[in-house]
Amino acid sequence: MVKLINEKIKDIELTKAYSEQLIALAKENAMIVDLEADVGNCIFGPEFQKVFPERYLDLGICEQSLSSISAGISATGMIPFCHTFAAFASRRMCDQNYISCAYAKNNVKIVGSGPGISSGENGGTHHANEDIALMRPITDITIIEPADSVAMRWAVKKAAATFGVFYIRAERYGQERLYEDDSGFEIGKANVLREGNDVTIIAEGNLMIKASLDAADILTAKGVSACVIDIFTIKPIDEEMIIQYAKETGAIVTVENHSITGGLGSAVAEVLCESFCGVPMKRIGIPNRFGEVAQPEELQKVMHMTPEDIAEAAMSGIAGKK
Amino acid sequence: MEANTLNELKKFALDIRIETLNMISKHGFGHMGGSLSVADAITVLYGNQMKYDPENPKWDGRDYLVLSKGHCGPALYSALAIKGFFPREELLTINKLGTRLPSHVDKNLTPGIDMTAGSLGQGVSCALGIALGLKLQNKPNMVYAIIGDGEAQEGQVWETMLIAPNRGVKNFIVLLDNNKQQLDEFTEHISSLGDIRRKAEDFGWYALTVDGHDLSAIDEAIEKCKAEDKPGFINMETVKGKGWPDKEAILGNHALRGAAFAGVDEAIDNLRKELAAI
Repeated sequence: MVKLINEKIKDIELTKAYSEQLIALAKENAMIVDLEADVGNCIFGPEFQKVFPERYLDLGICEQSLSSISAGISATGMIPFCHTFAAFASRRMCDQNYISCAYAKNNVKIVGSGPGISSGENGGTHHANEDIALMRPITDITIIEPADSVAMRWAVKKAAATFGVFYIRAERYGQERLYEDDSGFEIGKANVLREGNDVTIIAEGNLMIKASLDAADILTAKGVSACVIDIFTIKPIDEEMIIQYAKETGAIVTVENHSITGGLGSAVAEVLCESFCGVPMKRIGIPNRFGEVAQPEELQKVMHMTPEDIAEAAMSGIAGKK
Repeated sequence: MEANTLNELKKFALDIRIETLNMISKHGFGHMGGSLSVADAITVLYGNQMKYDPENPKWDGRDYLVLSKGHCGPALYSALAIKGFFPREELLTINKLGTRLPSHVDKNLTPGIDMTAGSLGQGVSCALGIALGLKLQNKPNMVYAIIGDGEAQEGQVWETMLIAPNRGVKNFIVLLDNNKQQLDEFTEHISSLGDIRRKAEDFGWYALTVDGHDLSAIDEAIEKCKAEDKPGFINMETVKGKGWPDKEAILGNHALRGAAFAGVDEAIDNLRKELAAI
């Protein structure tokens, strides 16, 4: 059962939570192995390698092999977590994730760090703005976007314990904690962070959920009651909750650290259209443009992904109600 | 190799070619050229080298084969059926809706197939993963991967060539079915592999070149690789379409459809006569 935290606590970086949890799991389970393509130090530092030199395989800069070798390792009964930057984990490894991992029904956990604008100063080549769009159509894949360190720890444990291909998006940021340490989660179940009556903001990831909660505060000041939902798993998506809140609040805004094409916004639109909900919907996310070098906060402004932008989209959605 | 063993292997190789030509011609479509060029390597692996149990295809003591040139499934399916992994009659279901024998090998459909392949370059990389997984668990099983010369144009193959020796993998042998042709053209007219044995050696492999239709030579090469302290690479010089003389080493023999199978019955009859004569 989900337990929301009541106090304001600064969270740790989600990549840090990921690495700590994987090391803890590896201590319990000798079948856990970590594979890297020369960016392991960006999230682990020397830690995993120090504790388990045998089970830390830095293959070099070869993302295609990172995916296929992980698939092969899993075929021997081991549980590989393969990590690289989200841009490479999706765009560069796409066919390998598809054929070697998913189509072949291998047991691979793919971890993409620094998705969307969270790669900031690395620039447009490194911004994974379409990783969800590339992963989402792949049959049988589970896509999790943990929104805080507690959700991330749960995701790592769940992925290790569940046979199949998982894609975990790991932002390099950690803002406010959302969940209690012992909070439970469920694959395919979204979590309501704040109830509201006039509009529902469905968001994903640490960065944009923080922006969405701030947007809800702006709306409150305007006398508008906004519900905020952490979608948590993008695939499978919580259709039931999307439909329920669309009907109850009558307007939807999706907020994602990803292109508005093919990601959360598209997934929610698919659900709304096919359920004949007919409610107004606005998408906040990276518009049809490439990334560029800047701080994530600056990019949020450039891409119109600030709390103010979200609040404006919410007002527009409310105005569109019949 | 003892004469008796060699005779058995020769019979097995002919049987594989007969079944391969029969199944794909009866269906009316199939990857003929590469299936026939790789038939002798598969003969040696399943006839004399690999450990396996047809009754228990997932036996954890088995050796692994990844047919990275996954489109040559017909030759492997024939070998597996002959060895009892599934009934021979099932070979005639190839490429039909609901079959366990798809055009490209699939580990989730066919008993005895260890890894799905078809997107070229990935299978050999997966095979290295299997070898690494076994090494991490201190298991002695051998892992074999068969790649094509056209496939060796894929960058992912060269990632594997670089990684395997650097990871100290010893239980891993890659066999190159160097039949000199790819789908469109002769390989050297598109992007030649050059001295591939030397390239492999320079990458840190124990590398040999053999006649890929000489059963004793293939077997001996595998034995030599197994004795080495590094991964093995066997460049097998082969002929695409080997065993159907009218189609050997000519362009357009990669996959045949419909009327292109004209004359196949005679080719099969000749192989059967050859088999009966051993």
